[in-house]
Amino acid sequence: QAVTVEVLDRLEQLALVDFRDAEGVERLREAIRFADQLREVDTEGVEPMDSVLEDRCLYLREDDVTEGNCTNELLKNAREKVEEYFVAPPGNIPLPKLEERETFLKGS
Amino acid sequence: AGVRGCGGVWRRAWQHGAGGPGPSSCGQRAVTSNGRGGAVPVGKSGLAPWVAVVGLEIHAQISSNSKLFSGSQVQFAAPPNSLVSFFDASLPGTLPVLNRRCVEAAVMTGLALNCSINKKSLFDRKHYFYADLPAGYQITQQRVPIAVNGNLSYSLCTDNKMSQMVTKTVRIKQIQLEQDSGKSLHDDTRSQTLVDLNRAGVGLMEVVMEPDMCCGEEAAAAVRELQLILQTLGSSQAVMAEGQLRVDANVSVHHPGEPYGVRTEVKNINSIRFLAKAVDYEIQRQIEELENGGTILNETRAFDSKLGCTVPMRDKEGKQDYRFMPEPNLPPLILYDAKSLPANTNHQQVVNIDWIHERLPDLPSVKRAKLVEQYGILPEHSFTLLNEDGLTEFFENVVKQTQMKPKKVIGWILNILLSHLKQHSLTVKESPVTSVLMADLLNLVEKKEISSTAAKQVLAELWKGEGKTPLEIVKEKKLELIQDQKELEEICQAVIDGQENEVIMMVLG
Repeated sequence: QAVTVEVLDRLEQLALVDFRDAEGVERLREAIRFADQLREVDTEGVEPMDSVLEDRCLYLREDDVTEGNCTNELLKNAREKVEEYFVAPPGNIPLPKLEERETFLKGS
Repeated sequence: AGVRGCGGVWRRAWQHGAGGPGPSSCGQRAVTSNGRGGAVPVGKSGLAPWVAVVGLEIHAQISSNSKLFSGSQVQFAAPPNSLVSFFDASLPGTLPVLNRRCVEAAVMTGLALNCSINKKSLFDRKHYFYADLPAGYQITQQRVPIAVNGNLSYSLCTDNKMSQMVTKTVRIKQIQLEQDSGKSLHDDTRSQTLVDLNRAGVGLMEVVMEPDMCCGEEAAAAVRELQLILQTLGSSQAVMAEGQLRVDANVSVHHPGEPYGVRTEVKNINSIRFLAKAVDYEIQRQIEELENGGTILNETRAFDSKLGCTVPMRDKEGKQDYRFMPEPNLPPLILYDAKSLPANTNHQQVVNIDWIHERLPDLPSVKRAKLVEQYGILPEHSFTLLNEDGLTEFFENVVKQTQMKPKKVIGWILNILLSHLKQHSLTVKESPVTSVLMADLLNLVEKKEISSTAAKQVLAELWKGEGKTPLEIVKEKKLELIQDQKELEEICQAVIDGQENEVIMMVLG
């Protein structure tokens, strides 16, 4: 299965990554090839494992208030703030379509 | 009586433009029922009837001291970003730690809704970008949620007088634990969004209902019953106005026998009343669109309560792909019951489904049945009693303190007291007339010391809250029923004497 420009474009939109150049795209293809080796294993009748922690015990915490009240510390990281709010752009700014943005993929 | 059988027909006006100013401009549509007894809006004359399909996604905020995966406090209205831990702000190096109380709340709710509780459930990450979701993903339970396959029974009145009630059931697909997001305040003038993460990470129970409902009234009744159940359990305070209960409706229409139509999602519904309006408006909008040859887009629409209509929401960037993946930092959640409980376990680390089951309080449906049985009141009375916060307690207190039979007391409570409360927009707890005063008043009526009419006058006086007792008011306004036979005869004679002509007319027939 080829990794098409459409797929790459979709990935750039979903994950906000930038494949930047031919090397970036090739690295992705390599990663897929590497992961595809998993298909060589016969998993017929084997229960899928979803986490290496699956045999661990999930710790349950008591419902006590033990954290919070560190507004100043949290806001220290903010580039912009208004009173005690974080500031963000107005809603999601959609990534421009393939034709309209500066991406290596346009040339592919 | 009042139960619709298959093929039964009942007519109900389907009003268009609910919530708009003045009466409906498009007239009323007659409604028949389909095989399942659901309302079937009949289209323009000559066209085939329509069936509406309504499904609900409900998010209930868990009533707990701290958040689902962190120890910050859960509280409505606090200084911005004051109830936020490093984990809630998604700072690197932080990890989720599950709150046992949230698990118990979800199990209680699952049991109350007759669900199967999954002894092993899993956590997943649902990815999307938004300023109030600092991690870029929400921890939820997409693959294996904590509870599945339940049902919720609710009642509807088939007429406006509440004298005929019908019981319906909606299937619960699943209940899952998930994180709430923070809050975005849109500042359009400065073209920015202000983000408060106080709500980020608060525990939610998402209750997914199957599309078994067919109109706004059913959706509203189902949500009302769920709200009562959650409040009874204490798993959520479920106050819609404070965002503790949020409802999204999925609506589609189709002709009977044909496949389901394209559905739209309706959001921004802030009360149960608006839920009914929003759903009914959307059904009507879709019917009209299709009858005019248009198509329905699979889109998300917002309910505008001022205009009473739904409008398309801001364009979402194409189809969302949430890239679900297992939450790598959380092992599976294992629940136990009496049989599977391992020996020598630390109780604090174990959630026992049976233990929770044994301690479930009486659900609303059970409470209603008990009230009907104990006091001999009608089922519809029990609904009203439970619907008003504190009214059942008030009623029971009055019954305890008066000789009047409960069947008579209920009339006074539901017709007289409740209408006074509604007129003055007061809750039962704010009532200037306490159950003690009410009982005193009803005793006077029962002992025939005053008439019912006089009692209503006394109640109006008591409502002023001037601290007088019913007896004092009766004496003050001379409302006592005259008990003396001779005095009564004298009065009657005086009336007859004074109205000779009328008496002659009456005697002559």
